[in-house]
Amino acid sequence: MENLKHRPVRTLLSSAAIGVQVCMILTLVGVSRGMLTDMANRTRGGGADIIIRAPGSAIIGFSTNFSANVLPVVQKMDHVDLATGVLVQPIGGIDSITGIDLDRFSAMSGGFRYLEGAPWTGTQEIVVDEVWAKTKKIKAGDTQNLLNTNWRVAGVVEAGKLSRVFAPLSLLQDLSANTGKLTAIYVKLDDKAHLEPVIAALKDRLTDYRIYSIDEFSSLFSVDNIPMLRQFISVIIGLGLLIGFLVVFLSMYTAVLERTREIGILKALGASPGFIVGILLRETALLALVGSAIGILFTYGTRLLITTLVPNMTQVIVPDWWPIATVIAIVGAMIGAVYPGLKAARQDAIEALSYD
Amino acid sequence: MTEAPIIEIRGLKKVYRAGEVDVQALRGIDLDVGRGEFLAIVGPSGSGKSTLFHILGGLTPPTSGTIHINGRDVMQMTEAGRTAMRRDSVGFVFQKYNLLPTLSAADNIEMARHISGKSGQAPDPWFQDVLKLLGLSDRLHHKPRALSGGEQQRVAIARAIVNHPAILLADEPTGNLDTENSNLVLGILRDLNDRLGQTILMITHNPEAAEYAHRIVRMRDGRIV
Ligand SMILES: Nc1ncnc2c1ncn2[C@@H]1O[C@H](COP(=O)(O)OP(=O)(O)OP(=O)(O)O)[C@@H](O)[C@H]1O
Ligand SMILES: [Mg+2]
Repeated sequence: MENLKHRPVRTLLSSAAIGVQVCMILTLVGVSRGMLTDMANRTRGGGADIIIRAPGSAIIGFSTNFSANVLPVVQKMDHVDLATGVLVQPIGGIDSITGIDLDRFSAMSGGFRYLEGAPWTGTQEIVVDEVWAKTKKIKAGDTQNLLNTNWRVAGVVEAGKLSRVFAPLSLLQDLSANTGKLTAIYVKLDDKAHLEPVIAALKDRLTDYRIYSIDEFSSLFSVDNIPMLRQFISVIIGLGLLIGFLVVFLSMYTAVLERTREIGILKALGASPGFIVGILLRETALLALVGSAIGILFTYGTRLLITTLVPNMTQVIVPDWWPIATVIAIVGAMIGAVYPGLKAARQDAIEALSYD
Repeated sequence: MTEAPIIEIRGLKKVYRAGEVDVQALRGIDLDVGRGEFLAIVGPSGSGKSTLFHILGGLTPPTSGTIHINGRDVMQMTEAGRTAMRRDSVGFVFQKYNLLPTLSAADNIEMARHISGKSGQAPDPWFQDVLKLLGLSDRLHHKPRALSGGEQQRVAIARAIVNHPAILLADEPTGNLDTENSNLVLGILRDLNDRLGQTILMITHNPEAAEYAHRIVRMRDGRIV
């Protein structure tokens, strides 16, 4: 341990480098989980009990549109209090614009709470949520260009209801060459007790359509259901291992070279190779542990950074991943310590002691 | 002396391979050292004195010949056995002190106890006597760089004998010291030998230093002469 105190700059840099890789893993997991939780919450905030999507739609991302003719069929089913269709159009990045029938959507969701402005009255108007307004630095009355069209921002509403950007459904359908098409139908029941039978009846009527209860649908918002995300996380974990390995390899290799003489002294005092390797491994473990602690602290920094710079992204702190990231750091570090350790154990004491 | 010698060396040879040439460092050494003896080894540079110590301490193997320490054949030992012998039976003191620079004097001594698995146990009364004899009590919490050469060498001696080694090997212990400190260190070695019965082998270039020993062995070109 004395060596670590003796070289404070190197110790700090090594731990910080390990901290960066730990932070990288925790931030990626935290952002994934934050965004997914956020999406799930907003989906529930729509107020619906059931969602109907086109055959073959993926949970997140890719989804096909279907004919709006389905809507009256759904509306006429028993126990269906309200059914409303939406059209979702991606507008770059993680954002999308949702076309809604304002009256019906309000009836289902309990209505928007306007922080600024008012509901749209004409066409070419959108309503955005507070998060999106903050991200784009816009307020009610401003103009936004989306899908090659200039929209007036009619109102800014409280976040939490399905989407962040809303436009009149028919207008969005026409603009995006999706006239008469929907991306999803949201259904509200007169009594939630009928959920199972209604879903069964819907599945019967609309074969191949993806029909879920909202609870089931939002529970599907997980890392596993996003194409490639799990693989991406694995790649970052692999990178983390590599960084831990390289950092410790370099740091410990240099330490062994520097301490040739000290290792020789210890051997002359009767220290076994195991004793010497043990010192090195303890120092390595300490580097990894301190690095992990630094990395965990860093995630509070990245969260602050993300919420200030990209308000429409959400990062959560993931304490259940702290032990995982720490183990990754320790494993990488231990592998990095193997070669320096062997070199130290094999060091010739006489040669070391005759160093001038 | 009827008692078996603590060190028994027979026909000891050591050849170093330095690139293309063989260096004959030891050319056949026979030597017995009795228990409680204080022996000085003198000889010109390159005569093989340090090599003899390194072999005695199990730091390097001889090319041929036998060594017994305390009746045990060093060459028959495993590597782990020689490590244990260095830990328990041999204490080294070097010309360059070789203290661990990051540890205090006390921790340098404690390290030797730690290696032998004795740390935590209270130091025995014998060692308290040793510290008094070395005159170190008030300097123990300093780092080596804050100590004079003489003080560092006394710490090194304390470290070498804290585990009660059967033999103390001192390779030019006064080589870096002025006369005053040399006399101090040599006096301490003689006291350790006189009062505590410590067996000591000391290499020296200095004839005056050699006078402190009971017996002087002279080496030249890898032989005892
Ligand atoms: N590792 C080594 N490789 C090759 N030759 C060596 C090695 N160590 C010592 N020698 C050679 O062996 C011979 C004896 O060396 P040694 O160090 O034992 O002498 P010494 O009597 O201790 O000398 P000094 O009084 O200068 O310390 C010398 O010729 C030296 O160059
Ligand atoms: Mg020598």
